[in-house]
Amino acid sequence: MDVVVLLFLTSGLFLGWSLGANDAANVFGTAVGTRMVSFATAATVCTIFVILGAVISGAGAAQTLGKLGSINALGGSFMAALAAALTVYGMTRLGLPVSTSQSIVGAIVGWNLFSGTITDTGTLLKILATWVACPVLAAAIAAPLYRLTRLVLGRANFHLLRLDAYTRAALIFAGAFGAYSLGANNIANVMGVFVPVSPFTEFEVANLLTVTSVQQLFLVGAIAIGVGVFTYSKKVMLTVGGSLLPMSPVAAWVVVIAHSIVLFLFASEGLENLLARNGLPTIPLVPVSSSQAVVGAVVGIGLLHGGKNIRWNVLGNIGAGWIATPLLSALVCFVGLFFLQNVFNQQAYSEVRYALSSTVLEKAVVLGLPAEDLRDIEDREFKSAVAFRSKLRELTELPDFQEKQVLKYSEIARIKIDPGKLTAKDRKWLGPERVKAVERLSGKSFVYKWQVAEALARESSQWSLLEETTVNKVYNKRMTERLSLIYRTFAEVR
Amino acid sequence: MAKSPGLFMKTRFLENQIDEFLDCINEASLIFQHAVKIYLEDGYSEDFEASTNQVNAVETNGDKLRRNIEAQLYEQTLIPDLRGDVLKLLEDLDNLINIMQANCYRFAIEKPEIPTEYHKGFFRLTETVISSVDSVVMAARAFFRNIEAVRDHNSKVLFYETEADKISTKLKIQIFSSDLPKVEKVHLRYFTERIDELANEAEDIADSLAIHTIKRSV
Repeated sequence: MDVVVLLFLTSGLFLGWSLGANDAANVFGTAVGTRMVSFATAATVCTIFVILGAVISGAGAAQTLGKLGSINALGGSFMAALAAALTVYGMTRLGLPVSTSQSIVGAIVGWNLFSGTITDTGTLLKILATWVACPVLAAAIAAPLYRLTRLVLGRANFHLLRLDAYTRAALIFAGAFGAYSLGANNIANVMGVFVPVSPFTEFEVANLLTVTSVQQLFLVGAIAIGVGVFTYSKKVMLTVGGSLLPMSPVAAWVVVIAHSIVLFLFASEGLENLLARNGLPTIPLVPVSSSQAVVGAVVGIGLLHGGKNIRWNVLGNIGAGWIATPLLSALVCFVGLFFLQNVFNQQAYSEVRYALSSTVLEKAVVLGLPAEDLRDIEDREFKSAVAFRSKLRELTELPDFQEKQVLKYSEIARIKIDPGKLTAKDRKWLGPERVKAVERLSGKSFVYKWQVAEALARESSQWSLLEETTVNKVYNKRMTERLSLIYRTFAEVR
Repeated sequence: MAKSPGLFMKTRFLENQIDEFLDCINEASLIFQHAVKIYLEDGYSEDFEASTNQVNAVETNGDKLRRNIEAQLYEQTLIPDLRGDVLKLLEDLDNLINIMQANCYRFAIEKPEIPTEYHKGFFRLTETVISSVDSVVMAARAFFRNIEAVRDHNSKVLFYETEADKISTKLKIQIFSSDLPKVEKVHLRYFTERIDELANEAEDIADSLAIHTIKRSV
């Protein structure tokens, strides 16, 4: 691997390290702080499960970040992660509550602004809504869980020592679950911006297990989190356990479990698939703040006791953090990208051009879009989404979804089908029927992605997307992943 | 149901040791009560000496168990939030055996002359203080196993302690209003107070237990 690539990855590793140093304390802080679990045990369990969570279940939340803004140059990813890490570091130094999730979202928006990419407001609103939902949900889980636990323990009448032993085991179990959820949910913050530009290649272990490039990327990120846990989290854990949250070990257990459930809900693709298959509304997979989930859970238990011990100003600070962190991070990223591009001559983004060719206009007519209004800019190429959109807005007023459609259909991709580029693993993943369809298109060139998708769907029904319903969500998601592979593999290098 | 070997074995072993330690106190109190009865009936005798030796053996065993338990609590960093309280509880309970042992030695060394008319009073006093000791041992067991029952046992300790105070006061009044020489009166008062000390100690332990219990349930 290129040394430059490694150098660019360091900002993500720095972010991972600070995540490990700070957020491991949410999972094991009280257990270690109250001396129920030794630091060595906590750090080992935490690291192992963060890695497992990141590698096995990390993809879901990363996809949402990808939708917010797909950073398409390594330099851009480097700066986004660095801006997020610097914001986290700076705000921590100032003693302000901070979350890597909020920080990285701000950085991605900063990159979008710099590169002229349009920020998907739908995705952004979805992310913002989950930030509010995260502590609320944690409180809603913690309160009844605490009641139930007290009730069960009251009935069980364990020996003091037996209760102690069970609590220890439960704290380690909860910590492992918490670390798994933390890895699954928050690895997207650390490595998500590097996904579109991952320098790794897929490999297979003893013909049994395929380790994808994204999984390797997440593994590296998770190891950085582990290093953060071992090198720096002890102090934070002792602070959390000793002074901030004076709780009984049982209450601590409830807090960790509630925190872990919330993080897991916002990260689990398995759960999403299960809900979707049964036609139930799905939970958005979004990186949320681990610290805020903990605060939410503590408040939930506090409310059971009448709420008189709750420090409401802490909640006010969290609310302020929702606004201040992303703004600061976006600003740092924007300024950083400017320097990266103009002072260090590094590529901060790859240009994505837009053009309304006659093909697109024909398609527009089919889709019922007001093609006539757009004729003025036929065949003109635009250097960025933002420039294209502002021109569109000058010409006509389109409803939001139509505007998105025009943008989607006008994005130039330049793809040339060359089945020889498909690896054996790609072929296996796509299946023979789909590969045959690709082979039938061999040698053909396309300007737009949608043309490829339509051509493939014409060749084989197995390439068709289904109607957009909750039940079809999982199927369509897989299909989109397959199409992405085709776009990536056959993209013409300019 | 399948057993989980090893996982909670150490805990179970320690639980047993704590139970054994509490059994020691019960055993010592029974022997002590028996020893006082022998002394009142036969004076200093071989049987009394045997009882004293028995109390000694129980005391040694109790000390050994207590040290073991304390060492394990620290070595395995068990119950970190309550360890200090449990250690104090075990030491205070151990002190009950020490008081009984010391009293046996006092009888053996000082051989007090107890006139027959006070035998009933001394025996009732002994019975009552032993009841308070038994109740505090039950309260301690409840602290480990069934926290809600601590209160019930504690109230019994307080009752027996008050009773013991009444009996000892009455006994002392009887002694000092008699024609015995002053030196004997003082000697008998001394023994009354030393036996009553057991109930006072039991009451102190019950008071601490009440606080530990509140702490545990918060």
